[in-house]
Amino acid sequence: MKELHEFHVDSTRYLDDHGKPLSELPPQAGNTDRVLAAYRNMVLTRTFDSKAIALQRTGKCGTYPSVLGHEVVGTAIGQGMAKSDVFVPYYRDQAAQILRGVSLRELLLYWGGDERGSAWQNCPEDLPISVPIATQCCHAVGVASAMKIRDQQRAVVCCIGDGGTSKGDFLESINLAGAWHLPVVFVVINNQWAISTPRSLQSGAETIAQKAISAGLPGHIVDGNDYFATIEALDAALGRAHGGKGATVIEAVTYRLGDHTTADDATRYRTAEDLKRAWEKDGIKRLQNWLHDSGHWSPDKEKALQADCKQAVEQAVEEYLATEAEPPTAMLDYLFETLPAALQPQRDQIANKYRGGAA
Amino acid sequence: MITAKRSNETRDVTLVEAVNMALHRAMADDENVVVLGEDIATNGGVFRATVGLKEAFGFKRVMDTPLAENLIAGTAIGMATQGLKPVAEFQFMGFIYAGMEQIVSHAARMRNRTRGRLHCPLVFRAPFGGGIHAPEHHSESTEALFAHIPGLRVVIPSSPQRAYGLLLAAIRNPDPVIFLEPKRIYRAVTQSVEDNGEALPLDTCFTLREGDDVTLITWGACVMETLQAADKLAEQGVSCEVIDIATVSLLDRETLLCSVAKTGRAVIIHEACRNGGVGAEVAASIAEAAFLDLQAPVVRVTGYDTVMPYYRNEQYYLPQVEDIVTAVEQVIAL
Repeated sequence: MKELHEFHVDSTRYLDDHGKPLSELPPQAGNTDRVLAAYRNMVLTRTFDSKAIALQRTGKCGTYPSVLGHEVVGTAIGQGMAKSDVFVPYYRDQAAQILRGVSLRELLLYWGGDERGSAWQNCPEDLPISVPIATQCCHAVGVASAMKIRDQQRAVVCCIGDGGTSKGDFLESINLAGAWHLPVVFVVINNQWAISTPRSLQSGAETIAQKAISAGLPGHIVDGNDYFATIEALDAALGRAHGGKGATVIEAVTYRLGDHTTADDATRYRTAEDLKRAWEKDGIKRLQNWLHDSGHWSPDKEKALQADCKQAVEQAVEEYLATEAEPPTAMLDYLFETLPAALQPQRDQIANKYRGGAA
Repeated sequence: MITAKRSNETRDVTLVEAVNMALHRAMADDENVVVLGEDIATNGGVFRATVGLKEAFGFKRVMDTPLAENLIAGTAIGMATQGLKPVAEFQFMGFIYAGMEQIVSHAARMRNRTRGRLHCPLVFRAPFGGGIHAPEHHSESTEALFAHIPGLRVVIPSSPQRAYGLLLAAIRNPDPVIFLEPKRIYRAVTQSVEDNGEALPLDTCFTLREGDDVTLITWGACVMETLQAADKLAEQGVSCEVIDIATVSLLDRETLLCSVAKTGRAVIIHEACRNGGVGAEVAASIAEAAFLDLQAPVVRVTGYDTVMPYYRNEQYYLPQVEDIVTAVEQVIAL
């Protein structure tokens, strides 16, 4: 028998659970400003997240999916991408979106039931959050195709969870990315859970990264709680994409430290022991330890950062709560570029119904 | 990018050739127009609707995709958010359902969801309907599925001239259009079509024949049988107004209601099954707004509420000229 193809999937980790280097760090560790900016974004994201949950618990925000445990990989995505690249997120990508320029107020508006939460001012080409699982992967290859058709040196980063990789959209999209040699990076954020379904029930494949091989793409695993491993992988994959060398699949292994959403109760399906072990691998604490050990951080700096983040979040919450709902007629105003004559009577009806104030 | 020269030649063409003519024209006029689908580039499409496009505009703008309809729909959406104007072909309407989630949950909603920040100026083309002795899953008429979805337009041409003008309009439209081509009449007739780049209006019915006694409302391939029925009825002294709805969503109710106000009678003819069909929306619109003008109940001549039979029996499913004549005779007698 002749062996036609063999594959390997590599896995990268630089820091142990306590932030101690396991080997020589990649060059990214030498860019102190960038590392500090990453840490700040992780702390800001976590501060925001805990506030958003509190707002939901007090009836001031709708159902919200916590980003707890995804801060490191999201930050690496946001830092790795060029401004002119296009981000195609799923719904637990707050850390990356903040770096892309989505404001905290916009994030709150979206989860607070207001479509203007996706009318992003600062990253006008990024796709809105995709709620139907994995469907965004097809958009990502479409955006990447447009870039390729126009000979642009731009790239797309598309995020998806481990559960999403079971869907055809993901497999069809990586397949096209391979066939058409597209400038796209798929980041699979493997947080071990798709609501209550563990990673082991999603696929018999030992890794998700190896699904890339079936599409003719390289697949890499990184410790998604290790900033250096994650940013190195993002930089390399985006370098490939920008250089016309095609697509990459990165499986970032982390753990969803929160419930699926505020409507979920994860104690129904996972043990406290499991969660405790996952917290020991927390990527924010790990990077903080490394910063301390490297002389870049201090308790005072930490205190100041926490205060800054809290203030930024409080201000966004204030702006969010002060934002009046759109007039109800808006439900028809953005369906088409111009309101079709056939819909004018319904718009008039809405306007009459709500005359004198919102419902 | 490769662009082709425009010419204003006039040719006698079939409906499918008019589709091809409009695609050539749109691609020559606007370099943002791209075409994608299964077997559409080198092969020119299984019905030859896209023949010659790859040669004229190159493989970057005319793309054979992998065999994955969901992917075709979603890829077109991604392209559209970048300002391209993709025209994606589904080889047969029976295979469009794999792309349904993308069409319904994304194409139809992108503008609304982003409050106008992104939008989807795209066209999803699909040959539809029965009558060509095709295999299973190749003869469906499920336009009502799409007509029900806010944010989509559903456009159906019924002649070469309307295929040319409406497809140009669909491509230029800044919002998503489902463009369904009645393959039973792809090559039924030829018409003289001038390749002048002029679009026809969307959201507008076409009155194909004026009359006083009854309004026959139809679209797609059934326009052919309806016009034949109107000829027969004229011999009996019944004057039929024939309206091709053309854009089944969004409906041009005004034209329909004006006609019914004049004739007092309406018969709706469509190939799709009856239950929840577009005919039901037309009938309800007439009942709501023109009830007092009616001299007889609105009657529908449609396919049956069953699975489209395989081709040995398809003529018993499809509305025939005699079915239309009988229905008109019934409403005239009242």
